[in-house]
Amino acid sequence: MKAMSAPTKIELAEIGPARVEAPDFRRATLRRLLRLRWGLGAAGVLLLIVATSAFAPWMAPHDPLAVDIRHRLSPPAWMEGGTAQHPLGTDQVGRDLLARMMYGGRVSLVVGVGAVLIAATIGVSLGLGAGYFGGGTDWTIMTFVNVMLTFPFVLLALAVIAVLGPSLVNMIIVLGVAGWPIYARVVRAETLAIREREFVLAGRALGMSHLRIVARQIIPNLVSVIVVIATLQVAQVIILESFLSFLGLGIQPPTPAWGNMLGEGRLYMLNSWWIATFPGLAIFLTTLVINLMGNALRDWLDPHLKF
Amino acid sequence: MRRYIARQLVQLVVVILGISLLAFAILHVLGDPVLLLLPQNAGKEEFERYRHLLGLDRPLYVQYWKFLSRAVLGDFGKSWYADTSAFKLVLERMPPTIYLTFAGLLVALLIALPLGILAALKRHSWLDSLCTAVAVAGQAAPIFWLGIMLIIVFAVRLRVLPASGYGTWQNFLMPAFCLGAALAPITMRLVRSGVIEVMSLEFIKTARAKGLAEPMVVVKHAFRNACIPVITVLGLQFGQLLGGAIITETVFAWPGVATLTVESIRNQDFPVVQCAVILLALLIVTVNLIVDLIVGFIDPRIRAGA
Repeated sequence: MKAMSAPTKIELAEIGPARVEAPDFRRATLRRLLRLRWGLGAAGVLLLIVATSAFAPWMAPHDPLAVDIRHRLSPPAWMEGGTAQHPLGTDQVGRDLLARMMYGGRVSLVVGVGAVLIAATIGVSLGLGAGYFGGGTDWTIMTFVNVMLTFPFVLLALAVIAVLGPSLVNMIIVLGVAGWPIYARVVRAETLAIREREFVLAGRALGMSHLRIVARQIIPNLVSVIVVIATLQVAQVIILESFLSFLGLGIQPPTPAWGNMLGEGRLYMLNSWWIATFPGLAIFLTTLVINLMGNALRDWLDPHLKF
Repeated sequence: MRRYIARQLVQLVVVILGISLLAFAILHVLGDPVLLLLPQNAGKEEFERYRHLLGLDRPLYVQYWKFLSRAVLGDFGKSWYADTSAFKLVLERMPPTIYLTFAGLLVALLIALPLGILAALKRHSWLDSLCTAVAVAGQAAPIFWLGIMLIIVFAVRLRVLPASGYGTWQNFLMPAFCLGAALAPITMRLVRSGVIEVMSLEFIKTARAKGLAEPMVVVKHAFRNACIPVITVLGLQFGQLLGGAIITETVFAWPGVATLTVESIRNQDFPVVQCAVILLALLIVTVNLIVDLIVGFIDPRIRAGA
């Protein structure tokens, strides 16, 4: 985003010694490209996860709630005693693990995206307000941000869920409302910088309203930052949602969610390791590809971005 | 320095007030304590009588003031479940949580310091790439899943470590590793970027020019200066570390504040939940303050800039 200008004498002079470090520069470019390739691969895997969750009713080999006591605790297909009918085995009441995992992805993705949308909306509005207006507004909002950031998010979510009662909607609201400070902090810092740029000052001088400046000149410059944080935050929200469900304070059984499957599997880990292992792997893989994608996105949108 | 401390203290008070307000609001605005205390078939008169008895019919700000003025004295009311004061209950469970947190921090540093320094010195080598890969994977692994996997491998299969419990050093190994592994990736990245930045500075050239051996340069000159950002961020991450300890505790049935809080939430024992939330917040804020002061003391630039 740096303004281009004709190279001056000083800049030309600087090109000389820069050549000595050319290999390093080439290496950095290579690394960036490699990271982008990783990001593309990750995006592919993520698409696969989203597709299997979205089309679970048509793709799942079994009904995720169908109980089959005769085949309870049957191990994955490749182990002794496993059947091809249940590729990843069954749980304590004989429900197919693969089917439950495909359905479980729906919960995680919906909660992840829903909560991030809420958090981003609140955080961006407050961050814009704090950064653009400054002064008392800034102080109040940033103090609030500090209160929220010092506090372990897990504990807050636990306490609120305890009173509101666990449900899908409550979970989205709690995780959304608790997750906004990071957006507010980054957006504020960026806004502070953009506010002083010439094009904004020009807009002001021409008599543009505050609303128009924010909407037309500041927000477009924030989009890439917000997209990157939001992507990375989806992974965080998925982990938290799983943890709450794992404790039994999130999505309630029998509805399959990766977290509550993991929590149930924990009771049977003495003999049946697969019940807890596979849902956890699903969470791990999903957060991993989202993180990889977020990092690649950051490199691609703006290699100088740091937060 | 005095102004700096004063500013930090003001912020501390504001943060604590904010958190106490949150803890109060959770019970009194979102929920109705009487509804939780009385059996469902209790009559309307019964409800009114109880509400009056507990002072819940008075305006919210009066209730909050009462709550706050008692809380300052350590009086959070009696546990609705066990017949002891909530404050005592929470305080008893505090040491295990603190020990676990520090053990986790220690493990994180044991992993992150050597790897971070090596990755910085051998920048762009296979070692660096490997460290980055492990860090990216580590950040994606949920603590509670990692904990269960550790239990399955070391307690159920190999039978070398206890799956849960508290008291001996063996009990510490898995929870501490679990928590440390969660904190290590970000710490390693900080150490790496800190060392890289410092190594390019003038005084390192001076140290080398005067003929110091390279290990001496790294340990005595580079590492010390790279520590400042690491201490700051670790200090500010203390809340997150404690959050991680909360998750770890629930997996290993560790007898700390977190297990107590989760139990209390299940039992709807709100005085204990409120007390735990506020005491934990107090702990976090105090640690943050101490870290801020230490860093401000070491680095005068921060004092002026904050």
